[in-house]
Parts: sequence; structure tokens; C-alpha cells
Amino acid sequence: MATASTTFAQGTWERPLGKTLAIYFKEAKYEFLTRLRLRAYSLSTVLFPLMFYVLFGLVLNQKDAAVGGTSITTYLIPTYGAFGVMGASLFGTASGLAAERGLGWLQVKRASPMPPFAYFTAKVAIGVIFSTIVVLLLLLLGVTFGGVHMPLLDAAKLVGILVAGSLPFCAMGLAIGYFVGPNSAVATINLIYLPLSFCSGLWVPIMFLPHLMQKIAHLLPPYHLAQLALGVVGAGQHESSLVHWEALIGFFLVCLGVARLGFQRDEGKMYG
Amino acid sequence: MIATLQETKKKGGHGGAVIASLHRASKNFGEVQALRQVNFGVRAGELVALLGPNGAGKTTAVKLFLGLAKPTAGTVSVFGGDPIDAEVRTRIGAMLQVAKVPETLRVREHIDLFSSYYPKPLLLAETLALAGLQEIKNREFGELSGGQRQRVLFALALCGDPDILFLDEPTVGLDVESRRQLWEEIRKLISRGKTVLLTTHYLEEADALADRVVVINRGEIIAEGTPAEIKDSTAGRRIRCVSSLDIETVRSLPGVIDVRRDRNGLEIHAAEAEPILRELLMRDPTLTGLDVSSAGLEEAFLALTQDHNNIGEMTR
Repeated sequence: MATASTTFAQGTWERPLGKTLAIYFKEAKYEFLTRLRLRAYSLSTVLFPLMFYVLFGLVLNQKDAAVGGTSITTYLIPTYGAFGVMGASLFGTASGLAAERGLGWLQVKRASPMPPFAYFTAKVAIGVIFSTIVVLLLLLLGVTFGGVHMPLLDAAKLVGILVAGSLPFCAMGLAIGYFVGPNSAVATINLIYLPLSFCSGLWVPIMFLPHLMQKIAHLLPPYHLAQLALGVVGAGQHESSLVHWEALIGFFLVCLGVARLGFQRDEGKMYG
Repeated sequence: MIATLQETKKKGGHGGAVIASLHRASKNFGEVQALRQVNFGVRAGELVALLGPNGAGKTTAVKLFLGLAKPTAGTVSVFGGDPIDAEVRTRIGAMLQVAKVPETLRVREHIDLFSSYYPKPLLLAETLALAGLQEIKNREFGELSGGQRQRVLFALALCGDPDILFLDEPTVGLDVESRRQLWEEIRKLISRGKTVLLTTHYLEEADALADRVVVINRGEIIAEGTPAEIKDSTAGRRIRCVSSLDIETVRSLPGVIDVRRDRNGLEIHAAEAEPILRELLMRDPTLTGLDVSSAGLEEAFLALTQDHNNIGEMTR
């Protein structure tokens, strides 16, 4: 990101690699602590998907209910997993970035010799870490209370897919963080995140949605992530997983591009 | 007036080399000219106060020095390089006006993170001691008072042991006690051989801390000198006395700027006190209640910025 127009530290001077890595680690560690102690973030992003799972998967679930041959408790792990990943990723990146950018904190960091990528990497790392926590806890709930049986390899695959799937949503969060004001970030994310989750079949299984909505869902990134995850437990829509990956990667790149535009716009504004 | 100040500046102050400078630097934000062809240097080891009213261009000047903004015209140099350069930045500390700092990190964690950006940071204990934060190192930022918050931001500016510190309005919004405490800490930096540029609109602050004051208004430097020089060359002296002399006679004395009758006494405003005093005492042996004071920096400052504004309006 060290383009000619950036105000972040740059230049030919090289910090020893060990020292640079130490900065990346510290940046991520303190971003994690910041977010963990911010209950509005840590509790809501982790607890909401778990609460939904307990409510719709464990409590309100009729005995032996199934979606197309897969038990509800199993089916809901990939879908609420995708829902949780989205939340952790979007809130983990966008709200912090928007506030720090809008209220002057990012400027203090800019004026320091901080390697610029460390800042963004830390935000993404936090999205990924909280995504992992949500998915693991969902699996734990399912196995312990929902009678879910899953080979260890499948469980690992499920976790891997969902955690990898947090990357495009972290990129989306960075893009949002660059284009919303410090106080409107949370509202904006909710406005995008909740309808997107519903329309992608993360709350109600996709086949129960009206036909038109099922068609529209194909245009939505969370749908593709959920389908990849559902594929692991054999409950997907049996579409090509290559298409799902392509959709997610394409979305990832578009979001990165938009975030970069925002970054440059911001730097341009500083230069006035 | 401004010319004489610039002459006095050359002989006064520290003899260190200029380590940060703006050369004919202008900065426009759209239609607004925040800085107009500013020439200004900071020498090693000195504490310079950039003094001016709100909107004078102080923060813009600091942003240019920090590489957070690029001049529309002219050049910025810090340690002979561009302040965007990472290596130059390892020698710079900055304290900026921030609306919100991550509140759930503890004081020592904030310092630990910023220290890691620099090649040879101070030890955590040293930074805490210099900024007076030992007692509250484990508190989360969100729990701190206004004065404590400013001291944490100050600690972040000094933790990397930089050679030069730019402090933008370090004491804005603080109560008298917190302000004085921060002044003490800024003085400690100078005694450690650091160079400091601070901006302020508190005249008292510039007077209390600075070796050199640079007065800026409407994006232009209008005066420069030691705090005493600024006072002397602008507002001069105020002489109060009870005298039988006629007010018009006093007014006609050379060097008198203005005379007012103040109850039964006279209040004389003059560039220099001594020649007037000689005349007064010689002409009026009965003169009593003599009091000489320097006009406050506040008045000097007002006089400076008003003169300047008037000139600006006349030429418009």
C-alpha cells in the first residue's frame, strides 16, 4: 500500500524482519484485547449465532426434524456458522476502522513509524480469530447437546471452509469502514448483514424460501459460503463447489479493490 | 516591527542546527489558505511555541512537519529528509488532537504497542515515569480523566525516545493543575536534550515554556522572538503614577504611545519605560505612586494579531 500518495510511514529503510514480525504480532494482540474487552463486540458477535442455534436447533427443534435427510442440529452448524463468521468479520473490521479513521486515532498511528500493513492485518486477524471461536463453539454445542456426529476430518474441513470464508467479509468490512462515518458504522453493517444473512438462507434453510429469493440468493456471497459449508455435511444444493469458490474469491477481490479506493480517497483528503 | 523581531531572533535563542523546517510552505484546503509561504525552522535542543488563535494554521503546520499533509507549495524538511520516510519517523514523536482513543486498552499496553514501532524505545518504566503514569499504568484508557488521557498521548509521543517532538495543543481543555503538570513533563524532555515544537493558543503556556515564540495568524508568521522580546517590541511598558503634570505635556514626551487619566493618576503606555521615567521625575518632584509593569503577553498577542488583521483589511 506504500503508493506515492500515502501518508503512512514508507521508504527504503528496512526494519529487521524479526522486529517487523513482532510489531505485526503486537498490533494483532492488542487489537484482540481491545475487541475482547469491548463487550458490545465480543459478546454479541459470539453469542448471537450460539443463541440462535440453541433456540432453533436445540430448544424449538421437534424430535428427529430434518432438512432433506440432514438433522436440523447438523444443518444449522454450517448456516449459523456462516452467519457468525459474517458478523465477526464485518464488525471486527468495519466499526473499528470507521471510528479510528473518523475520530483521529488512525492519524496518530500514521504519524508514527508503524508499518501500515500491520494495522490492517490486525483488523483482519481479529475477524478471523473471532470467526474461528464462533464456529468451534457451534460445533461444540452441536456435538454435546445436539447429537451431531461428524468425522473429525469433516469437522476440520467445515471449520477450515468457514474460517477461510471470513476473509472476503473482512475485506468487505474494511471497504465499509472506509466509506461510513464513525457513528454510523454499526447501523450500516446491520443494515447489510441481517438482510443478506436472511436472503442467503442462513436463518431459514434456503429451500424454504420463495423460488424468486432462491434465485436471488445465487448473487449473494454468504449463500456461496453456506453452500460450501453445507456441502461438507452433505446438505448443500448440489451445485458445483468451484462456482462457490469463484464467487467468494471474486467478491473478496472486489471488496479489496473498494477498500483500496477508500484508502486512497482518505489519503487524498489528507493531502487536500 | 516584524523586521526588527526577525533580526532579534537571529542573535537570540539556542545555537543548535536547524533540524526541522518549512521553506516557503503553503497549504490550501480547497478555497481556504491554511498556510501562506511560511518560513520557519526549529533548532536542535530548543522549545518553540507556535502561538496563534484558533484556525491560524498551527495544526496544519504540525501536519506538514509530520508528513500527514503535503504542502501545496514549498518544502518540508525534517532531519534533512521527508517526514513520510519511515527512518525519519523513527526520530519523531507526535501528540495530536484525537477525539477518541481505543478505550479498552490499558495505559501500559498502549505504550508497549507504540514503543514497538521504534528501534530504540525507552523502557516502559522510564516512559511511565516521564509522563507521570506509574499509578495508572493498569487502567483502561476509557477510565481516565482528561488530564490523564493527555498524559498518555504525551507518553506515546515520547516512548520511542525520538529526537524531536511535535505537540499539537497538548494542554487544550485541561484544568490549571493538569496543565502545570504537563508543563513539568515537557520541561523534563528539554532537560533530556530533546527538541520540542508545541502549538498553543494559551499565551501563558508559550511564556512559561518556550525559548522562542512564533506567532502565527491567518496562515502567516507575524512575529518571532523570545517571549520577552515579543512583549517588549509590541506592547511595551505601562507606567502608572500620580502626578501634577498636564496630560498633554506627558503625551508630548518622546516615546509615549498613549496616556489615559486613571482616577487621580495617569496611565502611560510607552515603548520603553526608562527615558519617560527620567523626564517625569525631573519635571515633577512631587510625583508619587510610581508603578512600572510590562504589558501582558495577552495584550501583546492581541495587539499583534489585530494590527495584522487591520493591515490585511486595509490592503483588501
